[in-house]
Amino acid sequence: MDKTDLLILKLLEENAKIDTQDLAIMTEIPTVEAESRIKVMEKEGIIRRYSAVINWEQTGYTPVLAVLDLKVSPERDFGYDRIADRIARFSEVKALRLVTGAYDLEVLVSGKSMQEIARFVAEHIAPMDRIRETATHIVMKVYKENGDIFFEREVGERLPFSF
Amino acid sequence: MRNFISDRARIIPPSGIRKFFDLVLSMDDVISLGVGEPDYVTPWKICEAGIYAIEQGFTSYTSNKGIESLRISLSRYLQTEYNLMYESDSQMIITAGVSEALDIAIRAVINPGDEVLVTDPIYVSYPPCVTLSGGKAIPVPCDEKNQFKLLSETLIEKVTPKTKALIMNFPNNPSGAVMEKSDLKGIADIVTDHDLLLISDEVYSDLTYSGKHVPAATIGDLWERTITLNGFSKSYAMTGWRIGYLCAPDEICEAALKIHQYVMLCAPIMGQMAANEALKSGNEDKEEMVREYRMRRNLFVEGLNRIGLPCHVPEGAFYAFPSVKETGLSDTDFAEQLLKESRVAVVPGSVFGEKGKDHIRCAYAVSREDLAESLRRIESFIEGLK
Repeated sequence: MDKTDLLILKLLEENAKIDTQDLAIMTEIPTVEAESRIKVMEKEGIIRRYSAVINWEQTGYTPVLAVLDLKVSPERDFGYDRIADRIARFSEVKALRLVTGAYDLEVLVSGKSMQEIARFVAEHIAPMDRIRETATHIVMKVYKENGDIFFEREVGERLPFSF
Repeated sequence: MRNFISDRARIIPPSGIRKFFDLVLSMDDVISLGVGEPDYVTPWKICEAGIYAIEQGFTSYTSNKGIESLRISLSRYLQTEYNLMYESDSQMIITAGVSEALDIAIRAVINPGDEVLVTDPIYVSYPPCVTLSGGKAIPVPCDEKNQFKLLSETLIEKVTPKTKALIMNFPNNPSGAVMEKSDLKGIADIVTDHDLLLISDEVYSDLTYSGKHVPAATIGDLWERTITLNGFSKSYAMTGWRIGYLCAPDEICEAALKIHQYVMLCAPIMGQMAANEALKSGNEDKEEMVREYRMRRNLFVEGLNRIGLPCHVPEGAFYAFPSVKETGLSDTDFAEQLLKESRVAVVPGSVFGEKGKDHIRCAYAVSREDLAESLRRIESFIEGLK
């Protein structure tokens, strides 16, 4: 892991479809080296997969998102890890983090409708052993996701020429 | 009716690209590589500081020199970043962009009849500003074969008993050339030996890609005979805020300040407050932008050489300055036809003087997508010439 690897990761995170030859020129290394560096990082699991950032709202097929806060009693020897692992396995769970503060786990859940999310929480999450309390926040609007701001913005006027 | 226009206003030439300007405005889908400014919006923390300044009612004049806190931060910044020493209260003026700093610097030191050496390719403002002071601008050629650096042997040839000053600009607009410490030493000797003043425009100082910028005033005994000009426009994508600065020994600074207080009074206060924030928290954004420019440079310069426009690798600023000689067209014809036929706007090198001839200036401070598309368009334009 060196500076060049970090730069490659940044470029891929920004645009996973970037041409490897361009990437090599930009980072000042031969193309074969860029390819092998990427392969190594894929193999090591540093690069987990290549995905797209989608503004679902624009498609009309908008999933409902909810942030779920959970108070959890930790287990001897395992802490939060075992219960976190069980929660993480649900396909409805998009992100799961252990956080400080009033609640322990923060879960991002997605579903087709509010009812579906309510059912999921009530039937699968809340009844789990060791979950003491839940608070469900339905996401009303997404302003920024993965570093992308979803506002349509007016572009400032730029002169075609200046010295 | 008399002709009211002054002789000096009459003899300074109009902009060399006005016709291009009109042309480009009448066209759609033009990719412009003609702009000498970052394509970034000012980093948000800096914008917020400007907004906050307005909200808090900071809408007045400031002291002529500029707000004290900015000068103190700047003095500290120059010292820690470049080992460049200027007192915040007597050796620095915050100006309305480097353009103003250049103007008052020249007016503070040039008498009618003085000869002022300017590095060629020449940034377009230098000769007119010299002319407005009654001086005479003398180009000093910086050849492509030396990566457009200023060589001491070329400089010495142009020095006469009338020579008062040398204006240089490194990292250079339009060539992207930089001067390293070893390059500057020979220049310093000539400037000192011939008792010249150096006006060093270092506005691209943060945009260097192999090694840190070396301010001229840190070389030899140059400090006492150097006016350092710099600003926030290029480093922090703050062109519209109009904040630059002039640093010089007390006496020169005092003279420039007199002119500044009569012609400008002060730089805009909200811009000054935003600039202060830039020094405080803009470093990360700056480094991010510099890294991005460097990658774009690599892509673009590689592309230019591949499609048959030979281009040296510029080590600073955000300009590529390829030669169009092999196409058989003059730089002006090349630029005009390229715009009309392939909708890519570039600046013909001859507007930057004799040494800019046969070159075009392409600013690569545009998105990578636009750079790639402009290369495709330039390539097909060149194919069409054959």
